Amino acid sequence: MSLDNETVKNIANLARIKVGDDKLYHLAGELSAILSWVEQLNAVDTEGVEPLASVVDVTLPLRTDVVSDGDCRDKVLANAPEVEDGFYAVPKVVE
Amino acid sequence: MTKLTDLTISAARDGLNGGDFTAVELTEAHIVAMEDARGLNAFITETPDIALERAGESDGRRKAGAAVGAMDGIPVAIKDLFCTEGVLTTAGSHILDGFTPPYESTVSGNLRAAGSVMLGKTNMDEFAMGSANITSYYGNVINPWKGKDGKDLVPGGSSGGSAAAVAGRLALAATGTDTGGSIRQPASFSGIVGLKPTYGRCSRWGIVAFASSLDQAGPMTRSVRDAAIMLGAMAGHDPKDSTSAPVEVPDFEAALNGDIKGLRVGIPKEYRMDGMDPEIDKLWSEGIDMMKDGGAEIIDVSLPNTEHALPTYYIIAPAEASANLARYDGVRYGLRVDGDSLDEMYANTRAEGFGDEVQRRVLIGAYVLSAGFYDAYYRKAQRVRRLISNDFKKAYESVDVLLTPTAPSAAFAIAEKMDDPVAMYLNDVFTVPASLAGMPGISVPTGLSHQGLPLGLQLIGKPFDEETLLKAADVLEAAAGFDGRPA
Amino acid sequence: MTYILEGDTGDWEVVIGLEVHAQIISNSKLFSGSATSFGAEPNTHVSLVDAAMPGMLPVINEHCIEQAVRTGLGLKAEINLVSVFDRKNYFYADLPQGYQISQLYHPIVGEGTVILDLDDGSTREVGIERLHMEQDAGKSMHDQDPKRSFIDLNRSGTGLMEIVSRPDLKSPEDVGAYLRKLRSILRYLGTCDGNMDEGSMRCDVNVSVRKVGEIELRNRAEVKNVNSVRFAMQAVEIEARRQIDVYEDGGDVIQETRLFDSVNGETRPMRSKEHAHDYRYFPDPDLLPLELTQEYVDNIKATLPELPDERKARYMGAFGLSAYDAGVLVAERDTAQYYEEVAAGHDPKLAANWVISNLFAVLKEKGVGISESPVSAKSLSKLLDLLKDDTISGRIAKDVFEIMVAEGKEAEAIVEEKGLKQITDTGAIETAVDEVIANSPEQVEQYKSGNEKIAGWFVGQVMKATGGKANPPMVNQMLKDKLK
Repeated sequence: MSLDNETVKNIANLARIKVGDDKLYHLAGELSAILSWVEQLNAVDTEGVEPLASVVDVTLPLRTDVVSDGDCRDKVLANAPEVEDGFYAVPKVVE
Repeated sequence: MTKLTDLTISAARDGLNGGDFTAVELTEAHIVAMEDARGLNAFITETPDIALERAGESDGRRKAGAAVGAMDGIPVAIKDLFCTEGVLTTAGSHILDGFTPPYESTVSGNLRAAGSVMLGKTNMDEFAMGSANITSYYGNVINPWKGKDGKDLVPGGSSGGSAAAVAGRLALAATGTDTGGSIRQPASFSGIVGLKPTYGRCSRWGIVAFASSLDQAGPMTRSVRDAAIMLGAMAGHDPKDSTSAPVEVPDFEAALNGDIKGLRVGIPKEYRMDGMDPEIDKLWSEGIDMMKDGGAEIIDVSLPNTEHALPTYYIIAPAEASANLARYDGVRYGLRVDGDSLDEMYANTRAEGFGDEVQRRVLIGAYVLSAGFYDAYYRKAQRVRRLISNDFKKAYESVDVLLTPTAPSAAFAIAEKMDDPVAMYLNDVFTVPASLAGMPGISVPTGLSHQGLPLGLQLIGKPFDEETLLKAADVLEAAAGFDGRPA
Repeated sequence: MTYILEGDTGDWEVVIGLEVHAQIISNSKLFSGSATSFGAEPNTHVSLVDAAMPGMLPVINEHCIEQAVRTGLGLKAEINLVSVFDRKNYFYADLPQGYQISQLYHPIVGEGTVILDLDDGSTREVGIERLHMEQDAGKSMHDQDPKRSFIDLNRSGTGLMEIVSRPDLKSPEDVGAYLRKLRSILRYLGTCDGNMDEGSMRCDVNVSVRKVGEIELRNRAEVKNVNSVRFAMQAVEIEARRQIDVYEDGGDVIQETRLFDSVNGETRPMRSKEHAHDYRYFPDPDLLPLELTQEYVDNIKATLPELPDERKARYMGAFGLSAYDAGVLVAERDTAQYYEEVAAGHDPKLAANWVISNLFAVLKEKGVGISESPVSAKSLSKLLDLLKDDTISGRIAKDVFEIMVAEGKEAEAIVEEKGLKQITDTGAIETAVDEVIANSPEQVEQYKSGNEKIAGWFVGQVMKATGGKANPPMVNQMLKDKLK
């Protein structure tokens, strides 16, 4: 798969990474090379093979429903770039 | 007497127990070494004050007859992917600028509870994405080993700082993490032992995530025995990690009895690849002979899907990473680069905060998961992953461990292989299959290249059978008698 | 009843599907141990997991699973013994992980049914496509600062059930009936409190229109910010009308997310959703598939309460109530319980009348729910006891009830205090009857000459003479006998 600049721009937008127009061409080339390389998998016969998502051979552990965490606002906010009255502050969002 | 910085964990334990030196003395020696070797750039953050404080506590415990185990008083380095309470944690990335976790990862917490002394946080490829430790925001790490031409070499990656610290005698041991080879490959490049445990053996809680279905913490040490001791301190079931296996932690060190008579060692033919470096081939053959001489039975096996492992990995790992790295958005911690809108702030922050390799992988990951491509790439890769996993299961019907090379070459110079991402990915060709299958693997240094650089062999074990794996590695280590060290 | 909108080019019908987000009742969050309660100081019910600190991992709350299964069973749906959590990837300020843990490919609950109770007493089935579990997001506050939005993660990570209906709804009335019924079922089950004003039940309304007779569905708009049943009904009307206007003006409706503005009575495109979304779902590698056993499901099934539909059927069958009355009584679990307490030992129809006619009028007037009723079920039941044993007459009972509401006293005390006890003593009634007859020769004459209608007048006179307390059947009988 060869990615064009427009596709790279769209993915970059999905991933919220700003890519300058000057870098698009180079990046498209690099990503295309990686994709072409991984596409060798197309040759593998996987008919009837179930996808493997996890190699852990245990069942999902469950937690009992008790309040055992939270109430640690100082810790939660300690590293924030901008805090106001106990809230995280971000550039204004228009819905 | 051996220099304090040249000891193994097991020797240091004996020295501490015998009163030959104190934990504070041992730690001071390493702090000096760490400071003297800043040129290697092995550490992002040095924590000498914490180290001395904990060493003092350890001496106190020992004096009171209350030492908590083999790791008590042992100075270790912690990869900067482990969140450490009150100590800067960066994952080698600009985007975690100033991030000081108010919590301690389970594994580093376990090591601390076992009495070990944290010397500092080691440099690494950004978000553990790399095989040469050249993607770190904090600069590349220099391998303490030098080739005959004297050029600076990479230590391997992503746990390059940990490998350099252990090989360079700046720490008795270090933690690493391994997603596709990030413990084993740098161990091979640096002439040390590196163990990636079975997926689920060590908790991932508090370790900055790269690819959740693959990430696994493990020890990087100067002997197999040390790896056994340190793994015992790191491992254990953690209810905070849903993928942590509820299995007992055995006494790994006790498994090292030197007896591999009748052990069935598999040699996967697909690892003998076209264009393989003859030096690596020779190293492997010698390793096979060593196991045979030890009484093991050598059996040829086939892992037919080996060649598909790398492309499979380079779909699955970036896909998981693209989601795992979404949380670095400039809102709750780390770097923020302002913008006129929320989306602009995100895009600016992530463009400046992530380096090129991380950006590439996040974008590849987003692409292979995107509408219309999910089945063709991601689901396909998961299907191939099952084939790879099945290969191992089948092989383990007839063998107990597998013996392979760890890496396709010795450490290379810093300028090589930098421009071609795919060429760099090929470094992990021997380590990635076991990662995809969740199997434990260990790299043991067994020889030197014509350039005088260390080379390692990899043993791959059955799930949660690190005891057999370590026993075999111990025998291989003894037979190889590797005693090389950086000049 | 078909809901048809007239346009310039012909008649249009509306096709509606609802996605309801119901907050699961649990002590702690879906994947973390922090509290779920509403209205705390910002960012206090937040753990390091909820704030998506590096290296934090989810561990699922077993009670939330049970609640989802319980809800699925209440919706007569199939329970999937294996379900999988996926990551839904998108960026938003109140979504700290940058993805929401949800269930796309393998939800915990499959197809089910909700039965609508329509105003005319009829019922209709609406298909449920699926129910899945997911994390709630935090809250963004946009109005407090000219340049910034503020983020509170207290709600972040609370367990939600997303309940997706088939596009089986055809009118605003259907939408109202569906939401009320679903809320009723959730409340009966105790899996969601259904409070739309607090946001613990929210809905997105998918609306499209088509010409009557068309088979194909046209593009739909997803209308958000609909936080009451009334608004949901309004939103359908407004959005359907908008779409018809677009088509009739020669335009095309685009598939998009719109925001309902109740103040201006309009819907408008959501700016933050302008970009086409590509959520890049994939199985969350931090979690393993959720595997349930049939035994586990059966055990939950065994503890299900009687649900509104069954209860309604029982009221109609065993109690002989009308569909309408039964529907009204079962809609809220509290009301049904109240009713059953009143009905115990009494004529169920009489009890239903008292609850629906008398009690509801009082509640409506006072603007309170049945849980704050000024007359408890026990008190009303005691009032009916007095009726039953002829201590008071039906007419007096209404007066007593009014006093109960006003003064909060028990019926017996009021009857005692005010001397309202019915006169059943034959002698006392006879005296009154004789007196009335003696004082009304004219009327006696009329009666005897065949004007039987005047009998009512005699009863009235006797009741008047006894202060309304004489037992009416006894008075009737005695008058008949004496006037012969």
